[in-house]
Parts: sequence; structure tokens; C-alpha cells
Amino acid sequence: MISVALTFAFGCYAISLLFNLWRIARGPDVADRILALDTMVINVIALLILFGILKGTPIYYEVSMLLAMVGFVSTVAYCRFILRGDIIE
Amino acid sequence: MALFTDILISFFLVISGVFGLVGSFGLVKLHGSMQRLHAPTKAAALGVGGVLIASMLYFLLVEGSFSFHELLITLFVFLTAPITASFIAKAFMVGNLRPEDLPETGGAYGWAVYDDPPAQDQHKDGGEK
Repeated sequence: MISVALTFAFGCYAISLLFNLWRIARGPDVADRILALDTMVINVIALLILFGILKGTPIYYEVSMLLAMVGFVSTVAYCRFILRGDIIE
Repeated sequence: MALFTDILISFFLVISGVFGLVGSFGLVKLHGSMQRLHAPTKAAALGVGGVLIASMLYFLLVEGSFSFHELLITLFVFLTAPITASFIAKAFMVGNLRPEDLPETGGAYGWAVYDDPPAQDQHKDGGEK
């Protein structure tokens, strides 16, 4: 039963990533693209943890923790660049 | 007991998948950038939360080991989501809204998005009044 639910969750997040990609390509404003990239990072974190459950190994927690940090910093840096024209003033 | 464990973990997995899908579908479906800001920041956080709860239950009940890493990831995602949303809203404001469109700040200085931060000595004068 867990494997079926895992497959379902994998499918949901795969479709979510396609939606995010569509918004990145289409997005009329730069804020939409940043938002879609941030959502993509969140979805990839969920995918990594799902993969960890599938393989039965806890090693992917470190990976998803690092990805969460890098994603947050990159989103903030992108927004800073749009806001001020510079990341670190 | 094993069946109950399976049902519990599967429930959280399905819930998180549905929430993640809803969050990203809202990103496509909603009109206007500020409406689109709603969908992912809430639903994706719930989706990640569901996945992490399912993972914690799986490693606790099936594999028989417990770790706090999931709680760390949950805490980090929940802490950073509002900051990210605020920054994205600011990035939208700077491109699409003029300072005349906004209400007054009610203070001595304008909105931080458009005006430079006040100099340090000015700020001190304002504080002493």
C-alpha cells in the first residue's frame, strides 16, 4: 500500500514540476518567475524525501536540508537583485 | 498493527501529493501575480510537511529508527516561506506599482521599496522627538 501511495505522490510532484516550468516559461512578470522557481525548489525537496522513503535510507535528509538552504538564499538573492540592483550593498 | 501503519503512512503521502499538486496548479490557474503568490507558499509548505510526517512515521514504525532531521527541514521551510513571499511581493511592487499608488506609511519616511533607508543620524533625531 505504501508503494502505491509513493507512486501517487511521485506522480503528483512530477506534474507540479511541469506546472512550475510552464509558469517560468510563460510568467508575465519577473516576480512570477521567482515564485515559480521557489515553488520548484520546494517540490524538489519533497521529491528527494520521497526518494529517501523509496530507497529506505536517511541520507537524503542532508541533501534536502542543503537544497532548502540554497533555494532560500538564491530566492532572496534574486529578489534583492531586482529590488536594489545589487545583492550585497 | 502493520496494516494501520501502512494506512497512516499512505494517508500522509496522498495528502501531501494532493497539496503539492494543488499548490502548483494554483500557480498556473490564478490570474494576477499577487493572487499567484497565495497558492505555493501555503500549499507547498503543507505538501512538504505531509511528506516529512510520512517519512518520519516510516522510519520510526517500519525501519525502527528515529531522527530529528525531518523536524529541522520542516522548521526551516516554515520559517523561510514568509520571508520569501515578502521578498517576492517587494520585487513585484518595484516593477509594477508606483509610489503614488500606495497609501501613506504613516511615518516620517516613505516605503522602503522606493526610498533609500534613512541615514543613521536622521533616524536618531526622529527617535528623540
